[in-house]
Amino acid sequence: MDLILVNLIDGLVTGLLLFMLSAGLTLIFSMMGVLNFAHASFYMLGAYFAFQISLFFGFWMGLLIAPLIVGVLGAGVERYGLRRVHQYGHVPELIFTFGLALLIEELVQFLWGKNQMPYDIPEVLQFTAFAIAGNSIPAYKIFMIFVSVGIFIALLYILTRTRVGMIIQAALSYPRTVEALGHNVPLVFMGVFGVGTALAGVAGVIAGPVLGTFPGMAFLLGSIVFVTIVIGGLGSLWGALVASLLIGWITTFAAAYNIAFADILMAIGFTMPEDLDDSALRDLWTLTLPQIGPILPYLLMVLILVLRPQGLFGKRDA
Amino acid sequence: MTEQATTPTNLRAGRISTLSAAPWVIATLFLLAMPFIFQSNSAITIMNQMAITIIFALSYNMLLGQGGMLSFGHAVYMGVGGFFCVHIMNMVEDMSLPLPLPLLPIFGGLFGLGLATIVGSFSTRKAGTVFAMISLGVGELIAACSIIIVAFFGGEEGVSGDRTYGLPFFGVEFLQQIEVYYLIVFWLIVSALLMYLFSRTPVGRMANAVRDNPERAEFLGYSARWVRFYSFCASGFFAGIAGGLFAINYEILTEENLNLTQSGAILLITFLGGIGFFFGPIIGAIVFTLLQTVLSLQTELWQLYVGALFVATVMYFPGGLAGVLMMHVPAFRLGRAGHLVVPYIITLIPAIIGIFGLCALIEMIFHLRHAPLGESEMTLFWTTFDSHAVVPWLMALVITVVAFAIMRRNMPTLRAAWHRANSLEEESA
Repeated sequence: MDLILVNLIDGLVTGLLLFMLSAGLTLIFSMMGVLNFAHASFYMLGAYFAFQISLFFGFWMGLLIAPLIVGVLGAGVERYGLRRVHQYGHVPELIFTFGLALLIEELVQFLWGKNQMPYDIPEVLQFTAFAIAGNSIPAYKIFMIFVSVGIFIALLYILTRTRVGMIIQAALSYPRTVEALGHNVPLVFMGVFGVGTALAGVAGVIAGPVLGTFPGMAFLLGSIVFVTIVIGGLGSLWGALVASLLIGWITTFAAAYNIAFADILMAIGFTMPEDLDDSALRDLWTLTLPQIGPILPYLLMVLILVLRPQGLFGKRDA
Repeated sequence: MTEQATTPTNLRAGRISTLSAAPWVIATLFLLAMPFIFQSNSAITIMNQMAITIIFALSYNMLLGQGGMLSFGHAVYMGVGGFFCVHIMNMVEDMSLPLPLPLLPIFGGLFGLGLATIVGSFSTRKAGTVFAMISLGVGELIAACSIIIVAFFGGEEGVSGDRTYGLPFFGVEFLQQIEVYYLIVFWLIVSALLMYLFSRTPVGRMANAVRDNPERAEFLGYSARWVRFYSFCASGFFAGIAGGLFAINYEILTEENLNLTQSGAILLITFLGGIGFFFGPIIGAIVFTLLQTVLSLQTELWQLYVGALFVATVMYFPGGLAGVLMMHVPAFRLGRAGHLVVPYIITLIPAIIGIFGLCALIEMIFHLRHAPLGESEMTLFWTTFDSHAVVPWLMALVITVVAFAIMRRNMPTLRAAWHRANSLEEESA
């Protein structure tokens, strides 16, 4: 029971982290209809910038400034890159963001090298918040939960309660009408892209010390973020939240419980073959849950795309 | 007017004339003669790799260029085809079955086709983003499985075989690279020709229609989904052949052959070459393999340059290298290509010098940041200098700035010449 609670908290942290990335990605998708492959690269840039800033001004200035730089960079990419490619169609746009992801990874390796950066949790947060039956929960995890929940509430408030949010929502559905009413829709697009990438930057700043700041971090998380927004339904903020939490918990629980497939197979009534090495199905017998944990999200995505292509909460067929 | 414009294309699509066969004959002769020109073993190794990449890139372009389907998991079909071929190789050796090696790629193709049939049955329902996402998901799934299912994929060390198994094929034992080269060339020509002919069949033509306007194709009575499905299966088949050739050439397959990096690389190669023309991916594969082998010997940063080249291609030349080449056809037809020579020289030479200057700066920054402590000497463009001194930095900076400034100054001349070479009006000057 206690272990379940600990895993619930761990899964929540992972899920909320995923949500910070997928929220921006799904907003960008619903605006421009383009999946930003380089989204996780902005997350990585956030971590690296914050590390560089934290060397001189400490962690908190990094948390404040790095997302701003990332947001400005993102807006620049939209203004000078994506808008130019937009005229060729959606597939070149996707290819452009894919190329950008490659390029950013190479640039990060160029500037900071291939090794992991010594980017650490600030000393103020290096204590145990509380313990559940001997399993201590670090304060930094609680801090991560608060930051992400705070961002989600702020995002929801801006999108549904303010004038800017109204214009964004209107521009999502009827860009031409909104333009005719005198709003600068390209500017709105650029703003949303900037804010979306800045959110990814925030995620990078707070995840960097925990998950490690290294050139492969974007690649590691990138495809999972895609999976998340596809499962949640492209363009749906609530869907992104539910799918993020779902994936966070699935992967955490799969990693925590060492269930061997041999036990399940024997419980069903199969008998274990005498000589495992000769059997063609030997991998099925030696498989454990933590081993297949990382592929569960992809399995879920393929199932969702086959059975319900619009995703869990999506309104439109992607 | 419209009739005049359409008749020649109809003729070209309908029959195979001697004129359309000429490039194939020349290419075949060229491929057969290559080992006599480049005789070293390393050159043949590079050419083998190039030929395999060409088949793979052409099969990828069946999806992206001709069918409008962007796949992020195409390496899976090549990889799975290759893995099956290695297993067949080992099986034939163990049981001494009478299967000659040159036929092996067919089996790779068939397994690629089989996998493509399964995946295509649900992934080709939609093109665009959904297709891209499913291909990514399936690609990641199979790549992740390759580490888990050790019996088939061999875990992290992969599976290896021996191509010199069994009976010699007409006296050829495939011990040497050169014999493998001719085997690969045979399959390259056969599969390239088949892929070209596929693009000329009604299904291949409809794939283009479905790419451009699926709704309209449906109104004409074609099922967009089935047309996509056929293209997808055919593409999987040829990717599998490439995988089989890979298995024969390298005799080992690992997880690296079917992961996302490999799928991304083939997208890069195909797009760099140009997706709009059949021969685009061929150029892409040749250029990329050369860059990979030659550039990677010269600099650690080759992937950075290739990445920058790729992004620049997407932004400024969406037609790729083939598109740039074909842009000049109208000027040649009008007999005015000569007007372009001088403007090209005065713009491109400064541009190339500027790019080299920029590369020098990048290399120097890299050296400054990552060289071991105390080591300040570096060699660049056959000159050795101290990377901490001011003079080389100043030189590189000045060369870069001046070269790009000259290029910018000459750009309007080129633009005007381009316009003159491509316009139908008589020259006023």
